[in-house]
Amino acid sequence: MQFMLLFSRQGKLRLQKWYVPLSDKEKKKITRELVQTVLARKPKMCSFLEWRDLKIVYKRYASLYFCCAIEDQDNELITLEIIHRYVELLDKYFGSVCELDIIFNFEKAYFILDEFLLGGEAQETSKKNVLKAIEQADLLQENQSEDWGGLAAEEVL
Amino acid sequence: MSDVVEKTLTALPGLLLSLDSQPGAAKLCATSRLGSLVRSITELTSKNVGEEMAEPPAGPLFHTEKPCHVRAIYCEMLGYEASFSYIHAIKLAQQGSVLEKRVGYLAVSLFLHESHDLLLLLVNTVLKDLQSTNLIEVCMALTVVSQIFPKDMIPAVLPLVEDKLTHSKEIIRRKAVLALYKFYLIAPNQVQHIHDKFRKALCDKDPGVMTASLHIYLKLIKESPESYKDLTDSFVTILKQVVGGKLPVDFNYHSVPAPWLQMQLLRILALLGKEDQRTSEMMYEVLDESLRRAEINHNITYAILYECLKTIYTIHPKSELLEKAAKCIGKFVLSPKINLKYLGLKALTYVVQQDPNLALQHQMTIIECLDHSDPIIKRETLELLYRITNGQNVSVIVEKMLDFLRLSKDEYTTIDLVGKVAELAEKYPFPYNSWFIQTMNAIFSIGGDVMQPDIPNNFLRLLAEGFDSDEEDRQLRLLAVDSYLSLLECDTSGLPQRFLQVISWVLGEFSFLKEGLEPADVVERLGKLLDDDAITTETRCWVLAAMSKLCGSSDALCKAEKVAHKYTSCLDTALRQQAVELELLGRDVDLRTRVLPQHVIGFCVWLQVDSSLSFLDGFVSDALARGAAPYKPPHQRQEELSQEKILNFEPYGLSLPVSLSACSLTDRQSPTALSLSSSLSGNSADPPLKAGSNLLKLEGVKRVWGKQGYLPEKQATEEALAQEPSSIFAPSHQQACSESQQTTFSTIVEQDQEKRQLASSLFVGLGSQNAPCLVRTVSQMSVKPTQKRSKTTSIHLTSAFAQNLSDSTSEAVPAVGNTEVVEASEVSSLSGGSGPLAQPSSQVERGLESDLPSRLPATLVGLLRSDVEELCSGESLSLSACKVFDADALVLAIFLSNISDSSIQEVSCLISSEQLKVPEMCSTFSVLSFYLNGLNPQLEGSVSCASQATQSFSLTLSLVDFIRPLPLTTEEYGKMWLSFSHDVKQNLMLLKHEEEDQLEAALTALKEKLCLHIVDVIGAEGIMACQLVSGRPCLLHCHTHGGMLAIWLRSPIADLPDCLLYHCQKAIQER
Repeated sequence: MQFMLLFSRQGKLRLQKWYVPLSDKEKKKITRELVQTVLARKPKMCSFLEWRDLKIVYKRYASLYFCCAIEDQDNELITLEIIHRYVELLDKYFGSVCELDIIFNFEKAYFILDEFLLGGEAQETSKKNVLKAIEQADLLQENQSEDWGGLAAEEVL
Repeated sequence: MSDVVEKTLTALPGLLLSLDSQPGAAKLCATSRLGSLVRSITELTSKNVGEEMAEPPAGPLFHTEKPCHVRAIYCEMLGYEASFSYIHAIKLAQQGSVLEKRVGYLAVSLFLHESHDLLLLLVNTVLKDLQSTNLIEVCMALTVVSQIFPKDMIPAVLPLVEDKLTHSKEIIRRKAVLALYKFYLIAPNQVQHIHDKFRKALCDKDPGVMTASLHIYLKLIKESPESYKDLTDSFVTILKQVVGGKLPVDFNYHSVPAPWLQMQLLRILALLGKEDQRTSEMMYEVLDESLRRAEINHNITYAILYECLKTIYTIHPKSELLEKAAKCIGKFVLSPKINLKYLGLKALTYVVQQDPNLALQHQMTIIECLDHSDPIIKRETLELLYRITNGQNVSVIVEKMLDFLRLSKDEYTTIDLVGKVAELAEKYPFPYNSWFIQTMNAIFSIGGDVMQPDIPNNFLRLLAEGFDSDEEDRQLRLLAVDSYLSLLECDTSGLPQRFLQVISWVLGEFSFLKEGLEPADVVERLGKLLDDDAITTETRCWVLAAMSKLCGSSDALCKAEKVAHKYTSCLDTALRQQAVELELLGRDVDLRTRVLPQHVIGFCVWLQVDSSLSFLDGFVSDALARGAAPYKPPHQRQEELSQEKILNFEPYGLSLPVSLSACSLTDRQSPTALSLSSSLSGNSADPPLKAGSNLLKLEGVKRVWGKQGYLPEKQATEEALAQEPSSIFAPSHQQACSESQQTTFSTIVEQDQEKRQLASSLFVGLGSQNAPCLVRTVSQMSVKPTQKRSKTTSIHLTSAFAQNLSDSTSEAVPAVGNTEVVEASEVSSLSGGSGPLAQPSSQVERGLESDLPSRLPATLVGLLRSDVEELCSGESLSLSACKVFDADALVLAIFLSNISDSSIQEVSCLISSEQLKVPEMCSTFSVLSFYLNGLNPQLEGSVSCASQATQSFSLTLSLVDFIRPLPLTTEEYGKMWLSFSHDVKQNLMLLKHEEEDQLEAALTALKEKLCLHIVDVIGAEGIMACQLVSGRPCLLHCHTHGGMLAIWLRSPIADLPDCLLYHCQKAIQER
């Protein structure tokens, strides 16, 4: 996988993860182009796109678009399932996730993504294992936060 | 930069201390500030206000606070510059608590890219954390290492990461494996020594670690499948276990066991089993199992099915599996879900080259997809059609592609598709000339200035050099002139520059063909083009060049000079030169008549170009003497440049634009590859261009490519039919097949008359042409179809003779005597008359030799041939071969004899060669055409039958086998000599000093041993000529003086003189 983007129906970027080294300018250009193309597509259309020499696989969940870029020889369907698994993970973690969860806790979304995909490849496909790893790290974090006045609850907003 | 770092470093401890005293308060205010920031930024509309907000956030407090970094990440994501916080992110990862470290690492991995300077500051932190006893810290360090890490710093952390492979926690082991995978990607040679440890990871008891190790194996096996064949068994076993549900339920995804793992394994198996029958056989069972298990109607099962299909079609084919796979493709294509339909088309595109019948089965679906509302589906359908294009349906398919192009806006698609259309238009003998011109016009106007520059170049070359008959060439050019003249009458402002250039070139070169058209008219029309301000200077040059060609008449000259005069003081040098040249041409009548002879078709063909640029030799040596640097060819310069780049630590060249250009280059064959490489691949796109790349070949060369395809092959096929008694079975098979196709045609329920028509025009000629597949379906013999552009070409001779053997056994063949079947493989064909051939000494060898002539096909009987050589023999089969030197081919007659007493079954014989290429449309019958590619090709093969294990043999073909005399006159010789660029000179010692006429003797020896043609002997000099069977000439010049023979060889092919010289040397020594 080359990169993953999450953006809202209004075209606002919510999360971006790049697995190939690109300059900031290039990243911005790609993001702009892709958001435009994907938003312009009708709901009944195919979830795959050919874009430059890459394949774009996207899927919409509520108001959020999840969009991955893969190479030509990769499998499109499994990429769709990767997206779905990620959404499942978010859902389990946040408890019926919504766009706001990702806006206000996007660092958590990143942590989960890093635990699930590493360097563009699926790292751990067992849902249980991913969440366990996140929880362990969170636990450590919360212990320290409590010393500072138990802010974890407030942070969720 | 270092200043900033230093300052921050000194300031921070103090800040940290002051924070620690009142952490709660700081945290509180920072956190709520994040929330408000997010809210306020979300409400913003203008970017400027946002930047103000992002810029001076919280004074000194900002630097150490975790949520502030989260803020920075957020700002950066929204597109605001937050580079000032990068250094603090690194500080945070370095010095913060676990909590802060986590955010720090995240920020670093999001902010920085692999070659960012600041990353060097991170190395120490990572080292420290890798050694930490806290698992979470180790995890974080490994995570960041496998995301971004500078290439040069890998050796520093490598031993630590390696250690982690034996860690007790599986999560650490898994992350370590992935970190190594990342290292392997960016610096493969640095992890070479740990390949053993990868094997240990593969055998890890935790499925997660094992899955992670497969990423590495996939890459490794992709690079060298040979070295990992021994692992096939393990991969198959793992897959069996996974498919059988032996993994923990955790790894299930929608009740499918570990789909990601299955996919990886299937991909690896595909790589391992490719072109390897033995390895493939190991995996048939598990693939069958996977196909069977994947029955639940869910995306994930389809994903696995798709991967399974690809594997089945990649490995050595097995008919049962192929049948099942074909059914699965049906599931995809006929699915109402659009995503599955898309993948179905993709799968069809992948397999259709091997089995076009599949496309026939789904033709109605394909037609529907052509009119689909989603352009992506349409695009994929066109890709599929592109693969099944043949001479009969090319016009319909091209029309569909052009329709799509007219609606498409995407530049990348346009470039790609325009290239494909142009390739098809040039590759296939077009139905009628005007179609070709119209198609090319459409390509130029649609492709405009974004298309590959070789498209117009190839087109112009085709026009200039012509290919069929003179009359047709003339017609084609006239059509082009006509269409361009009418185009110039309309508004030209919308036409792309490239198109204008093509127009002006064609008009300049060929407008004289149109009777009644005054050159002055053309000049005037071209002149109008120049009035347009939007036209570039490059195009202006083309227009002026065209005008100079038209200056034959004084009227035209007058007009052209008037136009050119404007540009004689132009700032652009190229344009000014063109204008000045035109003026000069106008003044000098002699020069004009010499340079512009009237009405010579294809004038450029007659030009003698000294491609070795020998007239510059003096200039070059002078310059070198003055200390100039020697010339380096562009590729060498580029190499050196890239080497320098490595030293400069430039960013990795992995960015998108690079991959774009690389991709587009491979997509289309570049013109240089066509003209320079000596490969005569069987690709039918080449011939007209190939002929053009070497002008001299055009003469005296028999036409090989006609409108119906490859001519000699067809003849040969027919001959084989007529002569070989064994092939009588074949026609009936073919008939049966075509009948069965007829029935598939008719059973399809027709919904729409138009669609049916379209279908019949699209899929015409698909079935009958692809004979290998027919054989497979009829006789159940596995045939590996030859793959385009594959390095090693292999053919299974499961042809008529094999069927004959198996068929005849069922009729209980009399077990007396030897069953012999002649297998003739024709090697290349293109000839240039007849000359004296060297007679190879023929000795009678065993009984076989004596009745050989009766076994050879009638056409080969009278020809010179080599001895029959036994290549291999086993218990029941013996295989011998002899080379027959036909004038335009090397025919290899292969004799298979049954030396046992019983009948034999299922004979299969496989011949392959690294250096010989096999044309794509290879006949099923026993005639195969090889094209000479390398200069010393070796044939390797194996033969097997039911009662005997596979035996392999090899047969070396020498260059001499392909040399034929080239009859030339001394004048022709002289002309050719000058035009060839590759030469070799050497003095050879003549051993027999006592001979009176040394030259005569040497020449005779060469003539006899190497089949050379002696063109002329003048005094102490002799000239000889020969050619390869493919028609490429080589000229020799011999000169004797004092017991030495000075040989000078010249040829248009680079290696030929060298190789031939070696054989000359041998011939002279053996004399």
